[in-house]
Amino acid sequence: MTSDAAVRAIARRGLRISLVALLGLAVVYVLAIGYTPVEARQGVAQKIFYLHVPAAWSALIAFSLVGITSALYLWLHDPRLDRFAAASAEVGVAFSAVMLTTGPIWAKPIWGTWWTWDARLTLTLFLFFLFIGYLALRASVHDPAERARFSAVVGILGMLLVPFIHLSVYLFRTLHPQPIVLKPSAPSLPPEMLRTLLVSTAVFTLLYVGLVTLRYGLGMAEDARDEATDAG
Amino acid sequence: MPDALRLALVIAAKDIRAELRSRTALLSAVVFAALVLVVFNFARDPTVLSATDLAPSVLWVTFALAAMVALNRAFTIEREHGALDGLLLAPVPRGALFGGKLLANLAFVGTVEAVTLPLFVLFFNVDLSAALPGIIGVTALATIGFVSVGTIFSAMAVRTRFAELMLPVLLLPFMVPPLIGAVQVTSRLLAGRPLNEMLGWLRLLALYDVVFVTLCTMAFTAVVDE
Repeated sequence: MTSDAAVRAIARRGLRISLVALLGLAVVYVLAIGYTPVEARQGVAQKIFYLHVPAAWSALIAFSLVGITSALYLWLHDPRLDRFAAASAEVGVAFSAVMLTTGPIWAKPIWGTWWTWDARLTLTLFLFFLFIGYLALRASVHDPAERARFSAVVGILGMLLVPFIHLSVYLFRTLHPQPIVLKPSAPSLPPEMLRTLLVSTAVFTLLYVGLVTLRYGLGMAEDARDEATDAG
Repeated sequence: MPDALRLALVIAAKDIRAELRSRTALLSAVVFAALVLVVFNFARDPTVLSATDLAPSVLWVTFALAAMVALNRAFTIEREHGALDGLLLAPVPRGALFGGKLLANLAFVGTVEAVTLPLFVLFFNVDLSAALPGIIGVTALATIGFVSVGTIFSAMAVRTRFAELMLPVLLLPFMVPPLIGAVQVTSRLLAGRPLNEMLGWLRLLALYDVVFVTLCTMAFTAVVDE
């Protein structure tokens, strides 16, 4: 059983990292608004990319780590791996929500439509659904060991589903090409843009680490509580 | 290996026998599929969309929904009276147990599809004659993949609090690649396109089957064993 102090220490560390990352996020806003030049063709709308791309990056890290820790869990049966996967999935869903809301806001003025069934969009949408399902499953199984095994299986199968969704959506699109394909990324970015994007990516990675640590601490507390209630 | 196959067949036979004796689940699933087809007919504007344009999607959405209903029952019957515990106590390798459940589910879903297909021809007035062998083939190819994932998920779903809701939420994302592939192949078959235009999709469907049948067979032990 984990001691109360250890749980608090982890949660506090997570909170501290998250706060630093949120401060960094304020810096990113200042950089994106004040420091970077306005993109010639897309105008101000392009600035959303300093949030959208890093959020997508963090979401993908989150989901990849869920897949890897799920596989490791079935091998090692370490509850810490399961707790990490749960924390990472939850934070990943939050980041993909950011990605899936900022995307359409940009797409409406630039593409002329909120949503298009482009390969990458469809893939991320299904990842989002997949992990909502993952979290729903976790919420509906009471026994911790059973919950860990079930979600690990879903995590592994989900990791393998990703290339299939990508391939099938890609095949689907290449056979029915889109009338307008506007590449969002230019081959070379001005240094101000690149620097801001890198800073923002670092900030979002830090935010991921902070939130997962915080959630992990919370998971430990929840497990301790469940153990206590089960014991009587 | 032949021993595992024999055990899988025994388990599948047990499920099929139990189903044939009651027939309620099978009958409900077939009626459900027919109802979906009927609803689809009224969900389209016949002056705008011709039946043949919509046919592949109608067929596959119906198959997918009917399979979902059918899969829900796969482990529900095992849960009653602790039948699953008895099955797990039997000296059967977990891979064979999964294989048996998979075969039974395939027989079940396959029967529903076999009844749905003529109804589909009847309701939507589609000429299948030339495309029939191809459609049966691609149906088998797509069904094996998602029923395999559905079998392992239904074993999990019955142990959760919202079993009937949990299975579709988990399974639908996994149905997307086989469904996209099957719809694409079906529409090309109905249009009488040459085989090489479908080859990419058929490869993808076959790869999906190989990957997920293998993976689910391996992962099944993690679902049923404490």
